[in-house]
Amino acid sequence: MPRKLFAAATAACLLSMAGPVLAGSTQAPLKDDVHWSFESPLGMYDQAQLQRGFKVYKEVCSACHSMNLVAFRNLGDPGGPFWNPKYPNPNENPAVKAIAKDYQIADIDNDSGDAIKRPGTSADYFVPPFANKAAAAAANGGAVPPDMSLLSAAREGGPRYIYSVVTGDGADAPPGLTIPDGKYYDPWMNGDVSSYYKGDPHKIPVGGFIAMPPPLIDDRVAFDDGTKATTKQEAQDVAAFLQWAADPKMEERKQLGVSVLIFLLIFSGILYASYRQIWSKVGHG
Amino acid sequence: MSDHPSTYQPGSAIERWLDTRLPIVRFGADLMTFPTPRNLNYWYTFGGILAFCLGVQIVTGIVLAMHYDASGAGAFLSVNRGIMRDVNYGWLIRGLHANGASMFFIAVYLHILRGLYYGSYKAPREVLWLLGCVIYVLMMATAFMGYVLPWGQMSFWGAKVITSLFGAFPVIGKPLTALLWGGFAVDDPTLNRFFSLHYLLPFVIAAVVGLHIWALHVPGNNNPVGIEVKSKADTLPFHPYYTVKDLFAISVFMILFAVFVFFMPEALGKVDNQVMADPLKTPAHIVPEWYLLPFYAILRAIPDKLLGVLGLAGALGVLFALPWLDFSKVKSMRYRPTYRTFFFVWIVACAALGWCGSQEPDGQIIKGFAGPIFIDYDINSVTWLSRIASLYYFAYFLVITPLLGLIETPLPVPDSLFTPVLSHPAGVPVGAAAAPETKG
Repeated sequence: MPRKLFAAATAACLLSMAGPVLAGSTQAPLKDDVHWSFESPLGMYDQAQLQRGFKVYKEVCSACHSMNLVAFRNLGDPGGPFWNPKYPNPNENPAVKAIAKDYQIADIDNDSGDAIKRPGTSADYFVPPFANKAAAAAANGGAVPPDMSLLSAAREGGPRYIYSVVTGDGADAPPGLTIPDGKYYDPWMNGDVSSYYKGDPHKIPVGGFIAMPPPLIDDRVAFDDGTKATTKQEAQDVAAFLQWAADPKMEERKQLGVSVLIFLLIFSGILYASYRQIWSKVGHG
Repeated sequence: MSDHPSTYQPGSAIERWLDTRLPIVRFGADLMTFPTPRNLNYWYTFGGILAFCLGVQIVTGIVLAMHYDASGAGAFLSVNRGIMRDVNYGWLIRGLHANGASMFFIAVYLHILRGLYYGSYKAPREVLWLLGCVIYVLMMATAFMGYVLPWGQMSFWGAKVITSLFGAFPVIGKPLTALLWGGFAVDDPTLNRFFSLHYLLPFVIAAVVGLHIWALHVPGNNNPVGIEVKSKADTLPFHPYYTVKDLFAISVFMILFAVFVFFMPEALGKVDNQVMADPLKTPAHIVPEWYLLPFYAILRAIPDKLLGVLGLAGALGVLFALPWLDFSKVKSMRYRPTYRTFFFVWIVACAALGWCGSQEPDGQIIKGFAGPIFIDYDINSVTWLSRIASLYYFAYFLVITPLLGLIETPLPVPDSLFTPVLSHPAGVPVGAAAAPETKG
């Protein structure tokens, strides 16, 4: 009995420490009307979805958001949007090369030493839309659009947060809430709007203000695979793409994880049998 | 047990030659034949698990250091672009290292709780306990500095909050923080010295672990019954009996470890740390890693900054003093039901402190109920729960432990390790086993 109590108390101790953090700011419960293939423990990315999401990133998000940690070649890595088993070296992947070629990369000319621009190669990284943080802030009403490489990992809820914020952006202000100039109300944006609210103090609207205008509308992009480009579809796909950008090794990780777990279970079984066998002739005391 | 006779026979000419010059094979062989109480349960496997954890941290850490750039401009990139994306299996090595820290602390907490429950800190094992406490403090320092290295938002601001604590000391506070920072703010020099120390301290830990094991092999293991080994019949050689049991436990522990590393590698981390450190942008809520939360709660529970820092240090300090606070001759809480109850409440208090440390100080415990304000905070607030739990934390060591040692009547303690299983005798006189051991 005491042993069980001890174990239970220990478990309670550990569990309670892993509990969520209460933030001072608020947000609406994240939307749960979409599901992604990668959410389950063994789930993988949906490559067609990643390609659609990439298109949304390229044609919409990348106008303001950098993605500094991602190289073009990463798009052709295993698990990536343009992974093709025919090109194990992603630098040779024609889809990747074609994407890279459309970007102009700042470089130094080897012969003259002049600063030049040249077409991108698979080895180059995505080009940020602004030269520096100050330029990004100046062009966006003082708010710097966050880098998107790790965005999905840097927000509680990950892709679901991105999906909810992007589709919730530009919501009508509840009565009593004044939206500051150049901002939009978004119930899913983690924030605090209390200082702009003149209504019932017990009913302060949840969510926050966001400097980004509602980015997606129906048919904002035309998907190559014929999928109908509804706002919801675009948001869901770009959230999947950003999850890939933040966690590009997920497929490799989960695949290896399954093998490791199978090995460890068998190994533990063998060790347990050895333990029983070795101890079979002596008492435990 | 220090007089455990060596049974090693050099098997070859070269072993005989070596044995008379550096008897290192004999040393290893004697460790393997070390007589170990035969009643050790699974709670006693955490020592082996911890050795495994330290090994994992050192091996993965050395590889990570090969790819890490300790500079404000480069650290975040070298981790999140280099290691996580470009280094072969970098995601795995870092996953093992980052989650390994949490695994290490899960194991060390269970190891400490086991020591507390079975009275492993009592004579003749005080030095063993003290060395364990030193290892624990070194682990916390190492883990804290390691968390700074990826140079994310929580790395930076955590470093700022914790290093600023040293500023609370009068006179030496300011020069001390300047020394820690290598300047007047957390910046590149801070990161560099943290990296240097983060690489150094694990080897210091390994050395103290060596002493810890040495100190274990002088009196020998304590055991769940808490009475000393009386005869050879009470023991088994460490190998193969405990090597196989420890290996099984390590393997099961690795399953838990693998679940985190492969299926939820970020579950124990903070999302803010995926954003590069920005000295101009304070995160909404700065929290340390889970294993430091109870101490963080004690720090915040005390309204004065200096007293808070002293409270935090005192919370660790009482662990060092414990062998001299517990006057009971009975080691194992199996035979101390009253003390055991207070001990379980202490675990709950620690868990409550951990929870409090993760919450906003003015968060409500009972939602929607505003109580009277007392010493700066609503009595229905996280801060007041931390205060009560902190009070209990200290009272447990400073009042309850000494007092119960004097007044509690323990249950009858068996007079030998082996009898409880064989016959479960009732009514063995307490004094029989409570007599202090004459080893030393």
